[in-house]
Amino acid sequence: MEQVAFFAGAIGALGGALAVVALRNPFYSVLALIVHLISLAGLFLILYAEFIAAAQIVVYGGAVMVLYLFVSAYVGGSEEPIWEAIPGQRLLAPLLAAALFIEVSIAVLGTGLKAIGERGPTLPAGFGSPGSIGELLLERFLVVFEAASMLLLIAAVGAIVLAGRRREAGPGGAGGPGQPGERSGARRDQPSPAPPGTPGSGAEEVAR
Amino acid sequence: MAIEWYLVLSALLFAVGASGVLLRRSPLVILLCLELMLNAGNLALVAFSRSLGNQEGQVFALVVMVVAACEVVVGLGLIVAMFRRRLPLDVDEIRELRG
Amino acid sequence: MSPTDFAWLVLGFPLLGSLVIALGFRVLPARVAGVIGTTAIALAFASTIGALITLLDQPSDAQQLTDSLWDYASASGLEIRLGILVDPLSVFMCLVVTGVSTLIHLYSVGYMGSDEGYRRFFSYLNFFVFSMLLLVLAGNFIFLIVGWAFVGFASYALISFWYRRHTATKAGMKAFVINVIGDVGMVLAAFFVFRELGTFELLDSFDAARETFSTNQGVVIAICCLLLVGAVAKSAQLPLHTWLPDAMEGPTPVSALIHAATMVTAGVYLIARTFPLFELAPTAADIGAFIGLATLLVAATIALAVVDLKRIIAYSTMSQIGYMVMGVSIGAYAGGLFMLMAHAFFKALLFMAAGSVISAMANNQSIDRMSGFRRALPYTSALLLIGALALAAFPGTSGFFAKDEILGFAANRGGMYWVFAIGGYAGALLTAIYSFRIGFRVVAGEPSDEAREFEQGHMSHGERVDGHPVNPATGEVEDVDVGFPGAEHHVAERSRPMAVAMGALGVLALFGGLIQVPGVDAVLEHFLDPTFESSPLYAIAPSTGDAWLGLAVGGVISAAGIAIAYFFYVARRGSTARLIERLPGLHKFLFHKWYFDELEDALVYRPAIAIGRFASSTFERYVVDGIVAGAAGFVRGAGEVVRGAQSGFVRAYALLLLGGFAALGVYFLVAAS
Repeated sequence: MEQVAFFAGAIGALGGALAVVALRNPFYSVLALIVHLISLAGLFLILYAEFIAAAQIVVYGGAVMVLYLFVSAYVGGSEEPIWEAIPGQRLLAPLLAAALFIEVSIAVLGTGLKAIGERGPTLPAGFGSPGSIGELLLERFLVVFEAASMLLLIAAVGAIVLAGRRREAGPGGAGGPGQPGERSGARRDQPSPAPPGTPGSGAEEVAR
Repeated sequence: MAIEWYLVLSALLFAVGASGVLLRRSPLVILLCLELMLNAGNLALVAFSRSLGNQEGQVFALVVMVVAACEVVVGLGLIVAMFRRRLPLDVDEIRELRG
Repeated sequence: MSPTDFAWLVLGFPLLGSLVIALGFRVLPARVAGVIGTTAIALAFASTIGALITLLDQPSDAQQLTDSLWDYASASGLEIRLGILVDPLSVFMCLVVTGVSTLIHLYSVGYMGSDEGYRRFFSYLNFFVFSMLLLVLAGNFIFLIVGWAFVGFASYALISFWYRRHTATKAGMKAFVINVIGDVGMVLAAFFVFRELGTFELLDSFDAARETFSTNQGVVIAICCLLLVGAVAKSAQLPLHTWLPDAMEGPTPVSALIHAATMVTAGVYLIARTFPLFELAPTAADIGAFIGLATLLVAATIALAVVDLKRIIAYSTMSQIGYMVMGVSIGAYAGGLFMLMAHAFFKALLFMAAGSVISAMANNQSIDRMSGFRRALPYTSALLLIGALALAAFPGTSGFFAKDEILGFAANRGGMYWVFAIGGYAGALLTAIYSFRIGFRVVAGEPSDEAREFEQGHMSHGERVDGHPVNPATGEVEDVDVGFPGAEHHVAERSRPMAVAMGALGVLALFGGLIQVPGVDAVLEHFLDPTFESSPLYAIAPSTGDAWLGLAVGGVISAAGIAIAYFFYVARRGSTARLIERLPGLHKFLFHKWYFDELEDALVYRPAIAIGRFASSTFERYVVDGIVAGAAGFVRGAGEVVRGAQSGFVRAYALLLLGGFAALGVYFLVAAS
C-alpha cells in the first residue's frame, strides 16, 4: 500500500516537474507546478509529516502559487525564441544535470550508511503533528522562528518597494532603484514605442 | 519503503529543476524551476527526518518553505518591475553586466 | 714632529688649498687664488723638507714608517686603513712633486693670469698635487688606487680645462678612458694580492710575498702583469699611450706638471715601489722592460715627424719614461728614479719655454711656422736650449748622468740586457736629434713674422673671424666666457713669475745631475738604501771605470745627434723637406704616429660602437622590449581569454555553477571510494 502511494506521488511529482520545464506557455507551467506540489504533499504524508504536508498545500499551493498565477496573468506569456543565444547551452544543461543526478544517486545508493536502506524506526505518536512541531519551533528553534518572521517582513517591504508605482519621475525619483531612464506606468506622456517584451525595443532601451 | 527511494527521487527532481533553470529563458519559468529545486530539497529533508526519527528535519523544511516564499515574492516583484519598464522578459536580453 | 706627522701636513696643505679656492671662488679675487694655490704647495714642499730631515735622523734600518689616520674596515681578515708609508722612496717622490709643482704654480700665476678660469685652474691644480702626493705616500694598495683614480680625474679635469673646445673634451675623455683601463688592472692586482697574501698593506704584503711565492709562480706573474697594465696606462707606454699626445690640449702648465713631471711618472713609481713582487716574477719584469724599450724607440721616431711643438715634447716624454720604465724593470732603481727627477726638471722647463714661445706665436703651435726667436725672446730661447741640452743628455747636464746610469746598469747586467743598453743608446741618438730639432727650429734661422713683430715690441694676435677669436689648429670659434688660451699673451720676458720659475728649473736641469756622478758621489743611491736594500739587484753596480766608459759613449752619441740636427735644421735648411719627398711612405707612417690611433679605432672603438648600436637597436627593441611588452601582452591576452567567460548571460553563469557542482561531486565520490 505504501509503495503504491509512493509511486503515485512520485509519478505525479516527476510528471509535474517535467511539465514545468517543457511546457511553452508559462501559465501552463504554473499549473504543472501546482500538480507537482500536491504530489509532494502526498509524499510528505507518507513520511509522517502531516503539518509539513498541510503547510505545503496551504502556503505553497495556496499562497505562493496564487501569486504566480496573478503575475503570469498580468505579465502574460510569450513565445520564447527558438534559437539559442549561448552556444552549447541546450546540450550541456541536460548533460550536467544528468551528471549531477547520477553522482548523487551513486552517493545515495552506494553509501555506507545502513539506515538509508531500511524503512526507519517506529515513530512515536504525534510525530510530525502540529503540536510537536510547534513545541520545537517555540522552544528549541525560537531564534530561527523569529528570524524567519523577520525575513518575511523584509520580503514584504521589498516587494512593495519593487513593484510600487512612482509618484514622480525626475530628481526625486532619480534615487529610486534601477530606473533605466523610462518613466513608469501611467505617467508616460508619449505613447509606448513598442509592445513590451519584444526583444527589439528592449535592446534599444538597454543599449541606451 | 526504504528511504533511498525518496532520496533518489529528490535527486531526480533536483536535476530536472536545474536543467529547467538553465534551459528556459523566461524569468517566470526560471523561478518556477527554482521552486522545483527547493522542493526537492524539502523532500530529502523530510525523508531524513523520518529515517532518523528526528523532527528537526521537518522544522528545517518549514523554514525552507518560508525562505522560498520570500524569494518568490521578491523575484515576482522584480518581474513586475521589469514588465512595467518595458524591458523584454528574457534573461538573455538583460546583459549589461559583462566584461 | 715625526716624519709621518710632516707627511700628513704634506697631504693636508694642497687639499686645503684646493678646497679654499673651490669654496671661495666667488669671493676671492683672481690673484688671491693664485697666491693661495702657490703658497699651499710651497708649504707642502717645506713640510716635505721637514719630513726629509726627520727621516734622516732615524737610524737607517728604521726608515720605513707607517701611520694611519682611520680604520676604514676592520673585520674578519679585511683590514683597510687610511694609512701612509713614509720612507726614502716616498719622501724622494714628494720632494720632486712638491718642488716642481711649486715652480709650475709660480709659472701659472703669470701664464694663466688673464684666463677666465683662473680660480678653477688653481683649485684643480692643487687637487692634482694632493692626489699625486696621496699616490706616493699611500701605505696600502687601496689608498694607492684611490690616489691613482684621483690623479686620473684631475688629469681629465685639467686636460678639458677649456671645455668649450671640442678637441679638448675629446682628449680629456680619451685620457680618462684609457686610464680607467689601467685602473682595472690595478684593482685586479690588489684583489689578487689580498687573496694570496691576505693583506692590502704594502710592506706587509712584500714580506708575505717573499714567504709565500716561489720565483716566477703563475700568480705573481699575473699580479705583476696587472700592475704593469696600470703603469702602462698611467705612464703612456705602448700600447696604452695614445692619450698623451692628445692631452696636450690642456694648458701648458698642465702639460708641464702632469704630463711630464709627475702623473706620468706614477707608473715608474709603482714598479719601483712594488719591486719585491717584480723581483719574484722576473718574466713580468722583463715584459715591463721590453715595453719600455719599445716605447722609447717608437716615440722617438714619431717625435722626428710631427709638427706640433707640444706634441713633439709629449712624445719625448713618452720616450724618456720608456727609459725609466725600462730602468726600474731591470733593477736600476736608483738610476730610474734619478732619471725621473732629472726628467721632471728639464721636461717641465721645456714645456714652460714652449708655452712662452707659443704665446708669442699667438697660440699657433706648429713648428713649421716658428723660427728665429733668439733676438725676440732671448731668455726663453736660452732656457729652451738648456732644456734641449739636458734632454739630449749633453755631457754635464742632469740628463746625461741619469740616462747613462740606466744604460750602464743594463750593460753591466749582461746577457740579454745588452739589448736594452744598445736600444737605449740608439734611442739616445734619436733623442738628441729631435730635441735639437725643437731647439734649432725655434731659435735659429730667420725670424718669423711673429718674432719680427715681437722685436718691434708688440705681440701678434691670432686671426679673428667676425671679431671672434678662433682656435688656430681647428678653426673652431672660441668661447670667451669659459676661457681660451691666448686671451692675452704671456711670455717669460714680460712676466716675472714665469721667468723666475723657468730660471730655477734651468739651474736644476743643468746642475741637478751632480748628485750622482760615478766615483764621486752617490747621494741618491745612499738615500734610497733603506727602501731597496732587500733587493739583490740594487747591489749590482758597474765599476767606476765601466761607468765612465758608458758616460763617454753617451756623450759621443749626444754630440753626434746634435751635430746631425745642426746639419739638417741650420746648415742646410730645407733638406728635411727634400728628405720627406724622397721617403714619403716612411714620413707618412711616422707622421700618423705609427697608425696606433687608427689601430685602436679599428680594434676597440668600432666594435664597441657596433655593440652599442646593436644593443640599442636590436637587443633593446626586440629582446628587452619584447620580454617586457611580451609579458604585458601575455597578461592582456590571458585577460581577454578570461573575459570571454563574462558574457553577461545569466544562464551561462548558472551553467558554469552547475558544472562546478558536478565536478565537485565527482571529486568527492572519487575521494570517498
